[in-house]
Amino acid sequence: MNNLIILPILIPLISGVFLIFFSKNIRIQRWVSALSSLVTMILAVMLVHQVKSEGIQTMNVSNWEAPFGITLVSDMLSALLVLTTSIIGLTCIIYSFRSIGEDRERFYYYPVVFFLIVGVNGAFTTGDIFNLFVFFEVMLMSSYVLIVHGGTKIQLRESIKYILVNVISSALFVITVGFLYSVVGTLNMAHISQRINEVDESGILTVISILFLIVFGLKGAIFPLYFWLPGSYYAPPAAITALFGALLTKVGVYSIMRTHTLFFSHDTGYTQQILSVLAVMTIIFGVIGAIAYWDFNKIIIYNIIVAVGIILFGLSTMTPTALAGSIFYLIHDMIIKAALFFLAGIVITITGTSNLRGFSGLIKPYPGVGWTFFLAALALAGIPPLSGFAGKLLIVQGGFEGGQFWGAGIVLMSSLLVLFSVMKIFIHGFWGSADTFKGDDKVPVRALMIAPIVLVALSVLYGIGTEFVMPYIIEAAETLSDPSIYIEAVLKE
Amino acid sequence: MKTNDIILQTVTKITVFIIILFSIHLFFAGHYYPGGGFVGGLMTSGAIVLLLLAFDMKTVANVLPIDYKHLIGIGLFFAIGTGLGGLIFDAPFLTHAFTDVNLPLLGETSLHTAVLFDTGVFLVVIGVTMTIIQTIGEDE
Repeated sequence: MNNLIILPILIPLISGVFLIFFSKNIRIQRWVSALSSLVTMILAVMLVHQVKSEGIQTMNVSNWEAPFGITLVSDMLSALLVLTTSIIGLTCIIYSFRSIGEDRERFYYYPVVFFLIVGVNGAFTTGDIFNLFVFFEVMLMSSYVLIVHGGTKIQLRESIKYILVNVISSALFVITVGFLYSVVGTLNMAHISQRINEVDESGILTVISILFLIVFGLKGAIFPLYFWLPGSYYAPPAAITALFGALLTKVGVYSIMRTHTLFFSHDTGYTQQILSVLAVMTIIFGVIGAIAYWDFNKIIIYNIIVAVGIILFGLSTMTPTALAGSIFYLIHDMIIKAALFFLAGIVITITGTSNLRGFSGLIKPYPGVGWTFFLAALALAGIPPLSGFAGKLLIVQGGFEGGQFWGAGIVLMSSLLVLFSVMKIFIHGFWGSADTFKGDDKVPVRALMIAPIVLVALSVLYGIGTEFVMPYIIEAAETLSDPSIYIEAVLKE
Repeated sequence: MKTNDIILQTVTKITVFIIILFSIHLFFAGHYYPGGGFVGGLMTSGAIVLLLLAFDMKTVANVLPIDYKHLIGIGLFFAIGTGLGGLIFDAPFLTHAFTDVNLPLLGETSLHTAVLFDTGVFLVVIGVTMTIIQTIGEDE
């Protein structure tokens, strides 16, 4: 049997539980968390390698055969996302050492971060729709704790909104799973997919697919349902925002990808059209927010929404090219958003404010921060040698192939405005005279810079090494566009 | 004015043991009859809450010197450990095993590793419930 699949879920879980016992000993907390997230990352690399060489990996938990027990499935898409999650978890923990503060560290900070990673890795790996719900809750509970952790006024206010929205969307998730179960009578994703093709009730199934879109759209912040995100992500400290911005919304996006490719392929005309309109509206509203604000954090938060829209637009065209583009862009966006939030945190440490009118001229005393941010900004906008380019190129190409000229055009236009929004940060924050931000004494940022530099370097390598990563991405896209590969791997018929 | 709650305290002393016995019964009955780790754990913490109502927090902490947060961790380790057992015997995670053993007093008894998992649930439920009640109670 093959237990490698579950190890990226299990190792963070064990270390999280272990750290409960040593909550007052910061040294143990740091060492154990750094080591175990490193181990998780290595295991994730091994998992990607195994999926590449041996095809889709499945594991029946408790040794119950496929449709009856919980099955964990690792196809290329989920293996790659688990790897990305582990990398971001590791960098976030390293960044937290210097930024999160000892009071928070003493109060179960690292255990909760690990439980969040358990939830995210589990949601990417599971092959059972109700188990997906459980892992969503594991992830959300940890994010509730993290968003309020420290108990400042703004965190308390925003956490109430955040919890309210997510409790409602979780209830809707349960109701939707109930509907689906009453129609198909199974919870195993592969089995659901098989049954949906057999039953001939496309009316109710279309309703269910839209309900799933609403549920995962609330988690993943698509157009009319993103209202909670800008405020909630503004409240917690940088390390936590980076985790949220890189992982949480992307789990929603992954779930939309999974359900819409695996389950609802019977009435694609209707659902794909809705998805594509919503995706384009998400891009437009995200871009409006990104150019409207004069606040470092707010601009990047609205760029999350833009990226969600772009990925979903690639999904909605349903051409293999655009699917590959979406997957490429998804991984790129997780890495680069984490890096940008880390950099925003560093700038706030230096200047004491995230308001762009409050400081300027950072490039002279802090050239490292400035140029790392410049690279990250170019990668975000999709300038050719960097990582944002190939994904967006494939999405646009797929859009033209699918005849969605308007959507593809808006994706292209959005890049320009995204570039404008981040260059606004660069020009107003980093150029100009250096005397406008408070204090002349240099704040030591060298230790904080490790995490963003690693991530930006990774993103540059990801962009340059597109040829090297493309086979993996293509394989992931193949499974998405042909669900029978997935069904056969799970049900083994 | 100092209130005298001798009736409450005396009744509590007797009732607590009955409640705990009932909760243990529920816990062990779980495999064949309604019950199990969750409801058993809730009922045990119900007994401790009754103690908290009849006496004050300090007395109960003296009688039961347990750090309930650690209890959560121990319970989780029970549950994870049961799952890891499967990994050692080259089976999938959480594969359970059972056997029939002829115990000296109890006679023919089936022992199942799922009980260990349930013990984990039992401990976590007690730990979580008591942590919630204690932190709210101690809050000024």
